Amino acid sequence: MLSALDHKLLRDLWRIKGQAAAIALVVAVGVLLLVMMSGMLNSLEETRRTYYERYRLADVFAPAVGAPEQVLERLRAVPGVAAAEGRVTGAALLDMAGQDLPVRARAISLPALGAPRLNAIYLTDGRMFTPGRTGEVVLLKGFAEAHGLRLGDHLRATMNGARRDFTIVGMAQAPEFLFTTAPGEIVPDDARFAVIWMNREALSAALDVQGAFNEALIALDRGARLAPVLAAVDRILDPHGGLGAYGLKDQISDRFLTEEIRGLRVSSSVVPPIFMAVAAFLLYIVIARLVQAEREQIGLVKAFGYSDWEVALHYFKMVLAIAVFGALLGCALGIWAGRAMAGVYQDFYKFPFLIFRVDPASFVTGVLVSVLAASAGALWVLRGVFRLTPAVAMRPPAPADFSRTGALNERLKGWLDQPSRMVIRRILRNPGRIAGAVVGIAVGMGLSSAQLSLLSGFDRTLDLTFGVIDRSDVSVTFVQPMPSGSVHALRQLPGVIEVEPVRTIGVTLRNGAQNYRGAINGLVTQPRLNRAVTSQMDTIAMPREGVVLARALADILQVKAGDVVQLDVLEGRRPTLEVPVTRIAETLLGAPAFMHMDTLNRALREPGRVSGAYLRVDGARIPEVFAVLKSMPTVAGVARREDARAAMQTLMDTGAGMMRYVMAAIAGIITFGIVYNAARISFGEQARDLASLRVIGFSTGETAFVLLGELAIVVLLALPLGVGIGHYLSFLIAAGFSTDIYQIPTRFRPDAFGTAALAVIVAAIVSGLLVKRDINRVDLVATLKTRE
Amino acid sequence: MAEDRPDAGLTFTTRGLTKVYGEGPAAVHALRGVDLNIPDGEIVVLLGPSGSGKSTLLNIIGGLDRASSGRAWFRDLNLTELSDRELTRYRRDHVGFVFQFYNLMPSLTARENVELVTEIAADPMSAEEALALVGLGERMDHFPAQLSGGEQQRVAIARAVAKNPNVLFCDEPTGALDSTTGRAVLHVLNDVNAKLGATVMIVTHAAATAAMAHRVIHFADGAIRSVERNSTRQSPDEIEW
Ligand SMILES: Nc1ncnc2c1ncn2[C@@H]1O[C@H](COP(=O)(O)OP(=O)(O)O)[C@@H](O)[C@H]1O
Ligand SMILES: [Mg+2]
Repeated sequence: MLSALDHKLLRDLWRIKGQAAAIALVVAVGVLLLVMMSGMLNSLEETRRTYYERYRLADVFAPAVGAPEQVLERLRAVPGVAAAEGRVTGAALLDMAGQDLPVRARAISLPALGAPRLNAIYLTDGRMFTPGRTGEVVLLKGFAEAHGLRLGDHLRATMNGARRDFTIVGMAQAPEFLFTTAPGEIVPDDARFAVIWMNREALSAALDVQGAFNEALIALDRGARLAPVLAAVDRILDPHGGLGAYGLKDQISDRFLTEEIRGLRVSSSVVPPIFMAVAAFLLYIVIARLVQAEREQIGLVKAFGYSDWEVALHYFKMVLAIAVFGALLGCALGIWAGRAMAGVYQDFYKFPFLIFRVDPASFVTGVLVSVLAASAGALWVLRGVFRLTPAVAMRPPAPADFSRTGALNERLKGWLDQPSRMVIRRILRNPGRIAGAVVGIAVGMGLSSAQLSLLSGFDRTLDLTFGVIDRSDVSVTFVQPMPSGSVHALRQLPGVIEVEPVRTIGVTLRNGAQNYRGAINGLVTQPRLNRAVTSQMDTIAMPREGVVLARALADILQVKAGDVVQLDVLEGRRPTLEVPVTRIAETLLGAPAFMHMDTLNRALREPGRVSGAYLRVDGARIPEVFAVLKSMPTVAGVARREDARAAMQTLMDTGAGMMRYVMAAIAGIITFGIVYNAARISFGEQARDLASLRVIGFSTGETAFVLLGELAIVVLLALPLGVGIGHYLSFLIAAGFSTDIYQIPTRFRPDAFGTAALAVIVAAIVSGLLVKRDINRVDLVATLKTRE
Repeated sequence: MAEDRPDAGLTFTTRGLTKVYGEGPAAVHALRGVDLNIPDGEIVVLLGPSGSGKSTLLNIIGGLDRASSGRAWFRDLNLTELSDRELTRYRRDHVGFVFQFYNLMPSLTARENVELVTEIAADPMSAEEALALVGLGERMDHFPAQLSGGEQQRVAIARAVAKNPNVLFCDEPTGALDSTTGRAVLHVLNDVNAKLGATVMIVTHAAATAAMAHRVIHFADGAIRSVERNSTRQSPDEIEW
């Protein structure tokens, strides 16, 4: 049996259903974000783990020039090694029909029969190659799709200097190629790097490594430590031209995936709590005012002999009903959205399947935060009401004492009409009450403007990276380090305006236990095209000694200017260098390191060598330039800055950065919810006064003015505060979205704040119109007759 | 002080009761020392101009408000010394209220409004019984908005008497009603007093109402001016409006 109070509860909830729904929605949206993000993340990590496991992805990759099969036995004997396999792999250039540039590719061997014991592939289309047919290959699905290649199509490739023709018999995905990046480039791009799998015999023949492997794959025992294994593997492979074994975390695809997931995790640990806090704050304000409006009924029920506790319980149930409904709705929508988003990311990361996992902890957190915030709001007001005796609580709405507006009254008389005076006095009399609305709207606006400035922050990352920091149009990579004279040859090409040589070498940077497998860009003294820059975007001149690190890299290595880092060079005679960090450079993309080209070459004892060049090219003559470059045998790859930029844009829009759109939308919903609630509550509080105005002959328009005038002032006061809050939040949120791959700068953005302010004003106008409709509908007699 | 102990047979006793609202020059002295004896089972009418402090007095002895000084007893229970919790208990167990503006819960039906009280009372009658008592047996499932003012006030009375209270406080119960409905309401109050033996205190500024009382207290400016006993009481039907 429901008690009479419970009946009241249900009917009251029904009566305020519009407002209750608005509150529940805000709660739901906050919880949704929390549940969605954590569910999505759990699923992605679980899926990745399972994918790696099912396709037996190696833990260690050890490239070498060529080692006989027997060496594998020695690798298998290393403590901590569970399995070791050898494979053959090599570079290829694909000549794509209709493309003005060749595409770089990596060919990888697979056993002629059966699945490999490590690094298996997932065949999506077609079949595996037939043993003995040397011309059959399986192509990476992502690349095939990017170029519209089909089963049965032919590929023209150059390997080891010789032309070959392949037939595509199958397409596959593989956990080691979820992201593909051409050597020397930062941004993954499906279209500009291919992977082909082929018969081991055929590939060995093509690459001239018969009877040997040139990459060892190693799986570790559970719990085995990586570092000693790497050291042992390096020792074993050293006589066979070992190029430095590295763990999965330094594998390019995994590094990207890890960074992406980490980025998602960071933004999910920073952003949803901000949203939840805003939702909780709003909930608090709204519930507080809702209970305030029940003051007389509270007094009445107390007059009948209900105890404070019983009354509190009643309102607590009401608040709980709204908060729990909102939270559960948020959980349900969050699971749904998390699933949908995980699906989107599944496609993006090219997982062949998705293991969906919700995170029960997020439900608990979401529901608890909502319920606590709501009950805090209710209890706060109830405490105030309980302090009053029932007699006072029941008195008609406190006869407002407008004398407090004192001196101002005289002034007001002079130049304001009655309705305006009503608005001003109402606000002046109780600034505390409207302060809640002001802060609420300001927080909503802050959230929106922070999200908007985040959106433009992404654009700024692209603009700075590809317009300011890197000013070249094209970058050229040579097949192998060349004498610096080859750069002059490039300068002679018609259409080339400026050429800047670069010497890039693969290194592992170390500082104590921190290490990063990356590259050093050896630049000229005063680089003009590809530069290291200060935060003011001034070029940093390359010092004769020492290395300049990107801030992201310095953070990874935990070093600052003046510290010394160790460089394990992975090429040539593979020296180990100790160099001081001379400066920290601002970069927004990747984690590069820079040195003076001559210093680098001297350390390698390869004076005057360049590995590539940056070019500025006359836009009209680009096809011409490309045609020449394509025909140059020394050129391994040519990258257009535009393509890199487009790839980066895609990465930001489809990867972890995509969340920014979702969050901007949610910020908008929350902001509207706040503004609409403010209007509704104000209407509820003034319903009687407004009806009285109508009775004495005010038009609905004039009546609405009294109500909406207050809303207008609240909004005006909220705008500047919103700018301040937004400024602060944008730092938090931008930090949350930055990853090792790209960093999002934070700046004051008048446009973002302008847009957010506009959104708040539009929300206020829409809310005003919705509420005004209610004024027109008010039954005057009924409002004035009943005292409730 | 032993001589202050209330005598047996008195429902209410007050000594030097004062109530001041606000402070300083703006302070309002609503009660300026009220000494009162109200015997069990009477109908007492409190007459006085608006603003004279009638409601304030009623609220204090009804346990809705606290006095600034002085003492008030319900039987031998010293109301001025009770904690909030004890006051709640007192209201719950002994007191029924009827207000000028009915103060029904708009979201509850007539029956549920009464049940709101019967659910927590020690020895209530049923909601149906209480509503029948005020002649509303037929309209129990109507919401306040569907009832006339007189009917609403009768629901409020049913709600107040349903717990079988020892005292019924009525603050201007007919203030918002026309003469016919007003008389009907007074009738109900008269019946409640006769049938349940409850002490009924009615605040009004309509002097004619006094004719139905056992005892009439004239109130002015926060103090009792005079008390008279009616030797003969009129039925509410005879009261001129
Ligand atoms: N809560 C309150 N705050 C301030 N003044 C009050 C309050 N309640 C009553 N008063 C004042 O106390 C005086 C007596 O009020 P009241 O007892 O309601 O009179 P009555 O019921 O006789 O009309 C009036 O002047 C009234 O304005
Ligand atoms: Mg009164």
